[in-house]
Amino acid sequence: MLSNFNTISDKYKLSIKDKVLLVDVFGSWTIKDIDNVASKFQVDLESMDYSSVEYNFSKLNNLDTAGAFILCQALKGNIGDKCEWEIYGSDKAYYTLMELVIGSTSFFINDKKRRWYDILSNIGKATERFFNEFVETLAFLGQFFMVFSNFILRPHKVRWKSVVSLIEEIGLNAVPIVITLCFFVGAVIAYMGVNLLAAFGASIFMVDLVGISVLRELAPIIVAVLVAGRSNSAFTAQIGAMKMRQEIDALKVIGLDAYETLVFPRALACIIALPILTFLGMISGIFSGMLIAWMTMDISPILFLARLSESVGIESFWVGLVKTPFFAIVIAIIGCRQGLAVSGSVESLGSRTTQSVVQSIFAVITLNAIFAILFYQMGV
Amino acid sequence: MKKYHPIEAKGITTKFGRKFVHKDLNFHAEEGKITGIVGGSGSGKSVLMNTMLGLIEPQEGEVFFNGLNRKRFKKNDILDINNSIGVLFQGGALFSSLTILDNILVPLREYTNLNEQLLRGIAIMKIHMVGLSSEVLDLYPSELSGGMKKRAGLARALALDPKLLFLDEPTAGLDPIGANAFDELILRLKSSMDLTVIMVTHDLDSLLHTCDKVAVLINKQIAIIDSLHKVAKYDNPWVKEYFNGPRSRFN
Repeated sequence: MLSNFNTISDKYKLSIKDKVLLVDVFGSWTIKDIDNVASKFQVDLESMDYSSVEYNFSKLNNLDTAGAFILCQALKGNIGDKCEWEIYGSDKAYYTLMELVIGSTSFFINDKKRRWYDILSNIGKATERFFNEFVETLAFLGQFFMVFSNFILRPHKVRWKSVVSLIEEIGLNAVPIVITLCFFVGAVIAYMGVNLLAAFGASIFMVDLVGISVLRELAPIIVAVLVAGRSNSAFTAQIGAMKMRQEIDALKVIGLDAYETLVFPRALACIIALPILTFLGMISGIFSGMLIAWMTMDISPILFLARLSESVGIESFWVGLVKTPFFAIVIAIIGCRQGLAVSGSVESLGSRTTQSVVQSIFAVITLNAIFAILFYQMGV
Repeated sequence: MKKYHPIEAKGITTKFGRKFVHKDLNFHAEEGKITGIVGGSGSGKSVLMNTMLGLIEPQEGEVFFNGLNRKRFKKNDILDINNSIGVLFQGGALFSSLTILDNILVPLREYTNLNEQLLRGIAIMKIHMVGLSSEVLDLYPSELSGGMKKRAGLARALALDPKLLFLDEPTAGLDPIGANAFDELILRLKSSMDLTVIMVTHDLDSLLHTCDKVAVLINKQIAIIDSLHKVAKYDNPWVKEYFNGPRSRFN
């Protein structure tokens, strides 16, 4: 055993005398000077065997909590408890500082480590969360229909003012972008049809292509995704911010149901706005297809419209339109549910908003696939 | 050599629009002392604090740190000065997306080159120093009570061992026991870390218990800075009402 082992550096000198570690400290020990000393000091300590520590501060110029923290690492010892300690040659200020730091330092902290099975447990947690979210969304949907049936019997209790202002926000304000987007998508489909069908000399069928795809699928889906991105995130953020500032609690205490005052008007506004937006989107898509047909294949608008009503028929229009209220409910419900699920932190507001957009787009596309199967089975 | 005050504000004039908040205001804090700033609601206490911190630029007047004019600082000086100032905002102002431990590591990581293990050690020590247990380390600010948030905010303010500590209503919203414990904490930290503290407060107990000096902000100026008992006798209707009202402890 090394009983008289000395270590010297320009900042400190360690020596052992009768199992007492003498620490002579020189110069300045502040957070700015300790970066080189710190690790060396700790390494030097490991080779020492002692049961108590004496500090000599007579040549110490400057000390702060970080420096004191390094110095008090000497107390860790081998015993598993803090050693006895004593300070010489110091004024009262450094003594109280050391006292404070030593009192606040605990040497035995379990560091969190990553384990090999972390990935498995993360997958498990994510799966569990997915199912929980699904079940909770369904429960929320159920609650919506309860409130809905209540309101059908008492329509005067619906908050029509907020419904109308929400329709303006969700519907009217989205009209320009819906029309523009559907116009572009209709044009793209028309161009694709022209190229492919001209090879067979069947370019008139592009009318069928544009009509069916825009009416049945594209317009409803694009509008739904757009509203999911635009309004659903707004629902989550609005309701979430209200939740964070305890406004939802205030509503409850006043005796108002958050479901009736916040969720239902939003859902109703969506149910009314979405079909109208989809209808406008359909017109815009068909119109752009008609323009492309006229410009590239010389199919006159009259011929285009005649072909459209003859081959596509009204049921494609209804097939497209009938889906939209369902999309609307799902979008509004998911947005509001995520908003109400926001907890106190800003972080959760952000993650809930993201989740709500992702979930609603996912739900819209899944629902659309289910409708496709349904319509196929029905032969529509 | 002349001894400078750690912080001094001279001839501060601040207005918002046409309304004067401060008009030729002078203030200083003495080294190693706790100076309380009192004044009615809306009298501009927080504006004064923000002016001294450089968050608000006054229309006229200067702020000096140890005799150095804030306006004349170079970029590096500002960093040094900011590192030697700790601020506890009213609600704690903890970063809500970080855990308590990470909150306290923010200034440490930014301004030191120490290794991660050491930084964590120092941060954990600071958390214990303000009287919080190891259980809060991995919690988020939203999971803490108001008093714990203030303590965590104080730990972050003390992360870089500042010489000057600003406290904005440190005991507001705490129960008397918690407020008293917080006062004790401030006194203990002040004496062991050699702090100069400037405290905006409404809490009369806190003023009586902790402050060495009290500055009174009336009519857009600091009317008096002196020990509490002298301030309490100052001849001004607002001061009289403040210190001799029904909630006072001087009767």
